[in-house]
Amino acid sequence: MESLATFILTKYNYWAVIILLVIGLYAMIAKKNLVKKIIGMNIFQTAIILFYVSIGTKRGATLPIIEHAYGDSAHAVHAADYINPLPHVLMLTAIVVSVATLGVALALAMKIHAQYGTLEEDEIQEKIMESEPGSTSTSG
Amino acid sequence: MIWQLDLIILLIVIICGIAAISIRDLLGAAIMFGAYSFMMCLLWSIMGAVDVSFTEASVGAGVSTVFFVAAVFRTTRRTRD
Repeated sequence: MESLATFILTKYNYWAVIILLVIGLYAMIAKKNLVKKIIGMNIFQTAIILFYVSIGTKRGATLPIIEHAYGDSAHAVHAADYINPLPHVLMLTAIVVSVATLGVALALAMKIHAQYGTLEEDEIQEKIMESEPGSTSTSG
Repeated sequence: MIWQLDLIILLIVIICGIAAISIRDLLGAAIMFGAYSFMMCLLWSIMGAVDVSFTEASVGAGVSTVFFVAAVFRTTRRTRD
């Protein structure tokens, strides 16, 4: 029982990842405002980035910059002394992609506000229903 | 990685995330999201990912907040949830 508790408690980074994923998913599904949905999408993305960076950490390791790299001739690099930099580099791309999706999403939200005069999803749905009298769809 | 600092900043990140989606004012939500991104940047420099950290500080906390504030000023601050 003791070992199970320590096993759960020492993985606190991953618990934080799960909580942040749930916060982002809740905001994307349950919130009616479009900007709140976009904020939820960004929280979801940063939670995934946090998961990948957590994978790369090691206990007792230092930054992934090789010491005495130039000038010293042949020496072995002890990989256990350095944090794994591969997830960092992958997530660098993910951050840039996330700000690009944020820009596109906010531009679409601004066009929707210019068309319908509101950012609330249910009010937009009502205005679409009013503009199309023959439609009987109740989706959303 | 200093785990005490890591744990405290993880708690601040979660609180900022909950605040960003529950404030009933879109400008306040944008500012809380900026605080969330900056805390995330601190978290990554603690975990040793310095390149991710300064990209997040410039792109996540800087450009994203500017985008949100610009979008809120061009649309509306009103929100119902």
